[in-house]
Amino acid sequence: MMGWVSVALIAVPLAGAVALLVAPDALRPVLRIYGPIVSGVTLVLAVVMLAAFDQGQAARPQFAVDQPWIPGLGLRFHLGVDGISLPLVVLTALLTFLCFAYLGWGGGRRPGQLLSARPGGARPRALVFTLLVLEVGMIGTFLALDLLLFFVFFEIVLVPMYFLIAVWGGEGRRRAAVKFILYTLLGSVVMLLGLLLVWAQTGTLDIVALGDAHGAGMPRAVQVLAFAAIGIGLAVKTPMWPLHTWLPDAHTEAPTVGSVLLAGVLLKMGTYGFARIAIPILPEGAVAVAPWLGALAVVGIVYGALACLAQRDLKRMIAYSSVGHMGFVLLGFATLTTVGINGALFANVAHGLITGLLFFVAGGIKDRYHTGDMPSLGGGMLATLPHLGAVLTFAAIASLGLPGLAGFWGEMLALLGAFQPGGGLPRGLFLTFMVIGGLGAVLTAAYFLVMLSRVTHGVPSVPAAPAVPGVHAVPTVPAVPADPGPAPVATGAGSDAVVSGAGSDAGATGAGAGAVVSGAGAGAGLDERAAAVSATAEVTGDAAGWETPDERPVQPLEAQPEQARSPGRDDGSPAAGMLDVQRYELVAWVPLIVLTLLFGLWPKLLLSLTTPAVQNLLGALS
Amino acid sequence: MTTFPLLAALLPFLAAAAGLLLSRWPHGRVSPAGAPSPGHGHDGRGGNDAAGSSAPADRRANQRAGWIAVVPTAASAVLAAWVAWGHGFGFLTGTGTSAAVGETYGTIETGGVPISLTLQADALSGLLGVLVTVVALAVQVYSIGYLRDDPRYPSYSAFISLFTAAMLLVVYAGDLLVLYVGWEVMGLCSYLLIGHWWEDRGNSRAAVKAFLVTRLGDVGFLFGIFVLGMGAGSFRIGDVLARVPEMSAATLVTATMLLLAGVAGKSAQVPLHTWLPDAMAGPTPISALIHAATMVAAGIFLVARLFPAFAAARPTLDVLAVLAALGMLGAALAAFAQDDLKRVLAYSTVSQLAYMAGGLAAGSDTAAIFHLITHGAFKALLFLCAGVVIHHVGSNLMTRMGGLRRELPVTFAATTVGFAALMGLPPASGFFSKDALLVTMEGALAGGLTDAAALLLYGCALATVAVTGAYATRAWLRTFFGPTRTVALPEPEPGTARVIDTREAPPTMLVPVVILAVPALLLGFAGGVHLDVPVAATSVALALLGAGVVYAAWRADPVADPARLLGPLRVPCERAFYVDSLYAAIFVRPVVWLSRLVVRTDDTVVDGAVRGSGRSAYGLSGMLRLAQNGNVQLYVSGLLAGVLLIAVGAVVFT
Repeated sequence: MMGWVSVALIAVPLAGAVALLVAPDALRPVLRIYGPIVSGVTLVLAVVMLAAFDQGQAARPQFAVDQPWIPGLGLRFHLGVDGISLPLVVLTALLTFLCFAYLGWGGGRRPGQLLSARPGGARPRALVFTLLVLEVGMIGTFLALDLLLFFVFFEIVLVPMYFLIAVWGGEGRRRAAVKFILYTLLGSVVMLLGLLLVWAQTGTLDIVALGDAHGAGMPRAVQVLAFAAIGIGLAVKTPMWPLHTWLPDAHTEAPTVGSVLLAGVLLKMGTYGFARIAIPILPEGAVAVAPWLGALAVVGIVYGALACLAQRDLKRMIAYSSVGHMGFVLLGFATLTTVGINGALFANVAHGLITGLLFFVAGGIKDRYHTGDMPSLGGGMLATLPHLGAVLTFAAIASLGLPGLAGFWGEMLALLGAFQPGGGLPRGLFLTFMVIGGLGAVLTAAYFLVMLSRVTHGVPSVPAAPAVPGVHAVPTVPAVPADPGPAPVATGAGSDAVVSGAGSDAGATGAGAGAVVSGAGAGAGLDERAAAVSATAEVTGDAAGWETPDERPVQPLEAQPEQARSPGRDDGSPAAGMLDVQRYELVAWVPLIVLTLLFGLWPKLLLSLTTPAVQNLLGALS
Repeated sequence: MTTFPLLAALLPFLAAAAGLLLSRWPHGRVSPAGAPSPGHGHDGRGGNDAAGSSAPADRRANQRAGWIAVVPTAASAVLAAWVAWGHGFGFLTGTGTSAAVGETYGTIETGGVPISLTLQADALSGLLGVLVTVVALAVQVYSIGYLRDDPRYPSYSAFISLFTAAMLLVVYAGDLLVLYVGWEVMGLCSYLLIGHWWEDRGNSRAAVKAFLVTRLGDVGFLFGIFVLGMGAGSFRIGDVLARVPEMSAATLVTATMLLLAGVAGKSAQVPLHTWLPDAMAGPTPISALIHAATMVAAGIFLVARLFPAFAAARPTLDVLAVLAALGMLGAALAAFAQDDLKRVLAYSTVSQLAYMAGGLAAGSDTAAIFHLITHGAFKALLFLCAGVVIHHVGSNLMTRMGGLRRELPVTFAATTVGFAALMGLPPASGFFSKDALLVTMEGALAGGLTDAAALLLYGCALATVAVTGAYATRAWLRTFFGPTRTVALPEPEPGTARVIDTREAPPTMLVPVVILAVPALLLGFAGGVHLDVPVAATSVALALLGAGVVYAAWRADPVADPARLLGPLRVPCERAFYVDSLYAAIFVRPVVWLSRLVVRTDDTVVDGAVRGSGRSAYGLSGMLRLAQNGNVQLYVSGLLAGVLLIAVGAVVFT
């Protein structure tokens, strides 16, 4: 009876995206608020769903819609939520809304707010369209209760994310985007084969019916094969070691909102698949594969943590930390216990909140310093940008699993599940996994604290760019040393100038920067801050980051007034530093901080939703 | 009354939140969009002051933060005292076995063993709660003076409030996992406060080290909770203790050994003690509160809390006895060789905590808690006095001190009380509690521990009494007697206190010192006096012997360091027997090496395979492309060849 909410959750962003195609001219002036409104309506719907959700029946699908879709094949348009998918639906709606708020709040002209005009064209309409389509796919994945419908939504997500990385990404975006889409597509193909195998054996694609059957009617060998196939597909998305290498590249190159949604939601689709499809439908296969899954999971935990310890790039480090955290999630699933899977689902949501926040902050840092290279950041962020440093500290501490914050409960419960695995799994093996996972948690703390020590502590080195006569003379210094690549960016503007060195005469540099801004013409308009010393770097950095002359003509939209203003301001206050946390950032970050605290202090909120559903999905195993 | 434990823990927590958010409100708002913040602005935590430069602190914010910090802590102290009132010192005398006061605020179903949110106070936790809140209150008041000119005072005081809340959570927790939450949050506060002067990379490193070493122990601790909780079928402390008799010996030994890892980490016991001396990089009041009186005592408290489980696991007690024996003597020797006054006190803390651990191993939780309480009072006092001295001199090093008894008469008197208690001289509090511990350890010789372990423990304990007398006398003499060596440094390095030019410290610092001196002196009489005269006489004689030797050496040459008495042992003692270097070699460097290896492997092997598959697909398609070259002759020849092949095949195979 309340099924319209499920449909509306998909229909609203879809209609919003279609409207952008139908009436582009009418919507262009209001794009900044259009995205927040559409995603805000979606969020309201998700909250309505949360409020109307019958917690006593959390194990059964609610808000169900079940219509024939392709009757000839027996495919049905079956949507619904239970205690497992509801938190993820709300998380998706929330993160999408926060991303739009981040992009559109205030003037929408700050670095990182991609809707603003910038050289090379910001393509704001395309960005809003892409994000809305992405939201359709993400929410649809969590709502779908039909195997093929699930697969369709699962795949829909890939396309907008590909464009998000390939169009709005950093320097190595093309390679990263291609790698992302090919790798995950390959995984999806394997998963499709597994889904088809299930269909061939049981004759139905209905997830609810299959889940209730708990694998009845499928011989063990088929179950193992199907679980392995589906598992590989999901593991690529999760990502599980050693299928993770698309992730660091994609995260490093994606724009801030792309990274947030990638880490916050897309990775969850992989783990959600385990809880929704692989384990309940194929319990015998799960028992057979679980030791392998657990082993790869703990390898991922330790491997991810060690890889983080030696990373130089901040975003890359956070990406690898996701590998470790997802290792805990997979370990929780591998235990096949209510506790473990509860932990996995909790860690899933917590990771979405915390890593989303981390990527927001990392994006903010990259926008300010024009590099994510930790040695180049120079330390002392708590002195130069105290609020940003404080938020980074909070996010890092939450991510390392401090009790009292959301990151702890999931990891703790996953380890507790491994202490006494279910389904007749070998206990000694899982105890080993537990110990290794625990040591991985120490390493996790190690790399986050070392990162904080490097970035936020110490005496800040005054960022100063060498006073250069023009943008064209800036030497090309790759900001990401790990990714030299074939460098498709052949701009005349040069690449990111690493901002470092002793404080030169700020006044002189300021004048030089002013000259640069007015001389560069197209480069102006993106610099509203008064950072004279970093203005040079900013112009060059953004030119390198956003401009692709081989593809798009330079379109300085609305650049005229900004251009007139910038030089004057630069001359006016030559010694000012970078700006601390801004309103548009606070708007996006505060809800994540609050939820991280809330779930950390009151884990019952989430566990009471998932526990009955998990007990139901485990069926005979629990 | 049943909600008092919750309120006592909640008040400092709210104070922490308020202190962080409201201290600079609305002053600390980020400047609105577009308007560049002025270069000299100091909005937010830390402000824009560069390291070392004493940028003007926001006095109003500091004042407000001071009120936000002190008032809730005081209220908490009142509540804690109220809760403890009925029990009094019943735990120490063994008379207070009344039921715990508290409430359960819900149960978290995890699908397995549920977590119950219980906060309660019995005789033991009531006593500890008073200690924590009183010392926290003293430190909060003291800090107002100590960090008067520090621009980051608001966050500092908020972290102390958060720490107080976490420690009270540990003390009042009725569930092991709730206890673990507080346990870890304490570690976080310790990290944040050690790194308070983070401009200095050394402080930052010390903070990271403290967190990581304790966290390593805490992983074992968590697993110990798992074993105990799953064995008992409940994480509630009451249920766990009730089911100890039914649990198998293997379960109990495994659980207590794992718990011991956490205890060793938090209470800085061998082999996880190395973080505590480095933790002295934090402001001195922090050292007094966290690294002397309360947090490091949490490990001892935990063993006492779960004492029935430990008492049923004999091998664990043996291990604890050996670790304690090694720790108390080694740390005391290390304390004797240090030049940094705070490091002397830090090693002394390790040594005294080992005393308590030894008492627990020997089978008396009451003696250990008795010493914990008196130690909390006199060590906090000693640290606060050291803070006054450091504040006055502008340096931590004792070579820069001397002859301060005339300049700092009040501090001198208070320090004397503290050192007397530390050495165990009557009538100071430490005398009685140390006597109780020694009696217990002597009793363990007759049974309770393995003979060798008991002998080692008692022998080390007696030797440590002498060494304690020696290092306490050395520190006392070198600080307050002899020629004045004070040189006021023009600009203190970050990590040391700022020099101020008053003769004696401001009242906000002196009042807590004087107030703490009272329990440090008199707390020994609490809970009735039970003296074993022979043991007491032996220990006093040993302490005086150690003190006498040092005094003689000092009289011979007041400028030279009495640490020269150690002879060839001096350098190893000063370096704390090279444990740090050892750990760096066997843990830190391999991990760093491994992480580099992982990054390289990830790039060349794991990702190399992915890129390789892409390249090979590309190369393969390149070969296939050769066939598609648009040459019609080639296509026709291929077609003909195919037809021929099929025809031949059809003829041959049919």
